[in-house]
Amino acid sequence: MSEIKVNTWERFTFGERMARFIVFFGFALALSISLRTVEVIPEFLLDAPTQVADLLARMWPLDYAYYPQGIHHALMETLHVATLGTLLGVLMAVPVGIMGANNIVRVPALHWLAKLILVSSRSVNSLVWALLFVAVFGPGPLAGTIAIGFRSVGFVGKLLAEALEETNPGPVEALTAAGAPWLSVFVKSYWPQVAPAFWGIFLFRWDINVRESAVIGLVGAGGIGMVLDTALNLFYWDRVSVVLLSIFVVVIVAELLVTNIRKRII
Amino acid sequence: MTGVVKVKHSSPFKANWWGRFGWVLAILYAIYAANFLDVSWTRFVAGLGNGADFLSEMIPPNFTRWQLLLGNLLETVQMAVIASVFGILCSLPIGLCAARNLLPNWVTWPFRTFIALCRSFHPVIIAILFVKAVGFGPLAGILTLVLASIGFIGKLFAEAIEEISMKPLEALRASGAPFSSVIVYGVLPQVLNRFIGFSSYQFDVNLRNSTMVGIVGAGGVGGTLFAAFQRFDYDFLAAILLSIIALVMMSEFMSVQIKKVFQ
Repeated sequence: MSEIKVNTWERFTFGERMARFIVFFGFALALSISLRTVEVIPEFLLDAPTQVADLLARMWPLDYAYYPQGIHHALMETLHVATLGTLLGVLMAVPVGIMGANNIVRVPALHWLAKLILVSSRSVNSLVWALLFVAVFGPGPLAGTIAIGFRSVGFVGKLLAEALEETNPGPVEALTAAGAPWLSVFVKSYWPQVAPAFWGIFLFRWDINVRESAVIGLVGAGGIGMVLDTALNLFYWDRVSVVLLSIFVVVIVAELLVTNIRKRII
Repeated sequence: MTGVVKVKHSSPFKANWWGRFGWVLAILYAIYAANFLDVSWTRFVAGLGNGADFLSEMIPPNFTRWQLLLGNLLETVQMAVIASVFGILCSLPIGLCAARNLLPNWVTWPFRTFIALCRSFHPVIIAILFVKAVGFGPLAGILTLVLASIGFIGKLFAEAIEEISMKPLEALRASGAPFSSVIVYGVLPQVLNRFIGFSSYQFDVNLRNSTMVGIVGAGGVGGTLFAAFQRFDYDFLAAILLSIIALVMMSEFMSVQIKKVFQ
């Protein structure tokens, strides 16, 4: 009689299983520690239903009459901040994105510089950027526009660099072989390949910026956020609800617009 | 006689007049918008001088109140962890119920509306409402981030489910499996990996947002940041900003590692 060797098949190796276990265990541990130490005041939670009822009662009826006198101009300002900020961000992001694409720029130092710019732009929140630029340029839409621009650089630059890295080298080689100068190579071989992605990124970022420019006014950077802040501080909750409604409408319209344009160009 | 055939060569790179017109329009718009916003070169230049002062006051960063800073950062991380776990747990069923290929329309549309509502408001605005509802402190921030997580993961998860292959589901249904088995053995194995990807990304986003909701009083390091800003305590502000950036980079590194484990 010979021994029969039975193969047992396992989906993961021991190391993989341990790694997964450690991740789950770490999360469970972090959760239990956090839940035990976070400072939540239970009385506030019990009080919440009455507070919400009070909030809704104060918000209703909506003060529509406030829209033409106080909100409309600020809303337009918000849209302009978002659009101009996106343009500014894209303008700054194109060189950084080219620097970050490792098939175009092969100098490691420039590559790391681009990485640094992209990461630092993304890790600072747009509200914090707005705070910084309010300190520099004073309250108003100028600070907001520049904050939105600086925040957009990281996002647009990263995606643009990735799109540039995915381009087909064929047209580039053909143009280089024919003796085209660097600018022509870029405009006629890289640009047509990344243009759809570029417009997609632009629209996507514009959509995000419309949402963000609506709140950066809370720290004084212009737009409808400043109207919201004033209404909140004065407890005009019926005006707050009109402001929220108009932000909601603008955000939805922007999203619909972007989805429809994206469907056409991609 | 041989006729000379004249071949008209057109340039391979045609001029795109509509495109050029578009660029001109964009420039005109930029000028108009700059006027509308009262953005001018003189203000910009004046600001640069302020910026130099501002930077010189920020350097060197002041870490003497590191205990306060550490406590705040800890609260920020706690908020992100709690909100991520509850947000992910909630978005699993909500995403499932919002997938149009599994359930009839009358079931999915309330869930899809809820997800759209969670997504359409910026976390700061939701935080303002929660601060009014449950008072100042981390609880308002946690609830905000839970809603934001549902908006993001719920939407992506529903889209991922809508893209799955229906064949295993048909096989399961044909063999008489109940709905719960169809979900557990037909749907989840196809989307769980992507769900984990979304979740680790969302943890990252939650951590970033939890540093900010404090600006409106919803707990975390944002409150201290805003206070330092309002008191012109710029060297402490620089310390807070540096530690936020360090925290965000650490979490980005961790989420890459976690994604590697699950690939």
